[in-house]
Amino acid sequence: MSNTGFEILLNSKTWLRLIEGLWVTLRISLITVLISVVLGLILGIIASRKNLFGRVLCRVHLETVRIVPQLVLLFVAFFGLPRLYNIQISAESVAIMVFAFWASGEMGDLVRGAIISIPPHQTQSGLALGLANRQIFTYIILPQTVRRLIPPAINLITRVVKTTSLVSLIGMVDVFKVGKQIIDFNRFEYPGGAFWIYAVIFFLYFAICYPISKLSRRLEKRWKI
Amino acid sequence: MDMNFILDSIPIYGKAAWLTLWTGAAGIILSFVTGFICALVQYFKIPYARRVVGMYIELSRNTPLLIQLYFLYFGLPKLGVMLSGETCAVIGLTFLGGSYMAEAIRSGLESVEAIQFQSGLSLGLSKSQVTRYIISPQAFLTAMPALLANAVFLIKETSLFSAIAVKDLMFVALYQLGNVYKTEEIFLILIGFYLLILLPLTIIAGIAERRMQRVKYGV
Repeated sequence: MSNTGFEILLNSKTWLRLIEGLWVTLRISLITVLISVVLGLILGIIASRKNLFGRVLCRVHLETVRIVPQLVLLFVAFFGLPRLYNIQISAESVAIMVFAFWASGEMGDLVRGAIISIPPHQTQSGLALGLANRQIFTYIILPQTVRRLIPPAINLITRVVKTTSLVSLIGMVDVFKVGKQIIDFNRFEYPGGAFWIYAVIFFLYFAICYPISKLSRRLEKRWKI
Repeated sequence: MDMNFILDSIPIYGKAAWLTLWTGAAGIILSFVTGFICALVQYFKIPYARRVVGMYIELSRNTPLLIQLYFLYFGLPKLGVMLSGETCAVIGLTFLGGSYMAEAIRSGLESVEAIQFQSGLSLGLSKSQVTRYIISPQAFLTAMPALLANAVFLIKETSLFSAIAVKDLMFVALYQLGNVYKTEEIFLILIGFYLLILLPLTIIAGIAERRMQRVKYGV
């Protein structure tokens, strides 16, 4: 039989559905990134301050998300919340919550790293020039922090996009699940379709993440201090 | 909280934890070897091979492990390549981890000053001797924190193996969730076992990082 399953890709419906699924993936990633940038900035600023309580809290949060696999967090939230607290929320909200919980920890660590990498003499020179603390933060620390922060933060976006592939495991219909459905639907007509569909999804993710990580590296090189 | 259920389940999870551990360890060791080779190719700027390594690193870093595993486990059999779940898991983890290890080792190699290499050559050592006895030991020391962080990351990623029917910790937990409705107990054991595996590793990684800083800045 000459049927390799490649024909599955010639069907325009296949592509339409994959793009629909891709939109779900991108939507979740985008919302997650927006939330975690805001939370991450707050967490990072708290973690770089001298307040012991805040620092410990941020540290515990960071270590939790670093040690517990994202998939475990996802399942705990998805199955645990309804059972323990009787909270009923959609899979998409659970996914966004869990990913934001994880990514804000990572983002917070990046922010903290960027802030403490500014040498202390910058603050001291500011004080010597007679600037107020607020002025030192807005005009001296912040601009330098942002430059050091943006390249790794952009890289974090690719990690978020890659992590969203997990949502198919809690029943959401993202690009990955759509691919599975297409394969199952054409099981008898194109038995070899799995190879091509998974290959296409592989390259779809690559097509999204590659430009982002390229941008991150380019900015890092340009802003090297 | 059903203590009896927890005690009864521990042997099953113990077995699954062993699977998580050995697939993770195999993946880490193989990624380290792959990464070292790739890093050397890039460090010595070997023509052609360098391009291939560059492409591999981009592909591996910019795609999710879940897709890589599915491609290996469900896609390749259509071309006649049948691999067991565990083999796919280890290959997938190596494919992913190789690029992360390569980046860590490469930055380690590049952190050793060029003068060291030149001094070695002028002392009459061969290129491979300089690499083996002078550059590599220093590079690995510098790269150690990053390598350990990668190891933690890779063991975490093994939780995805459950998706291709490898009976790891996650798989057992999901199976039990569907059969006995003891959600709290199951999650408690699951997280407990992951902590048991990963906590020592993260602590060692933390110590290594502090040691390295002390070596670097002499504080």
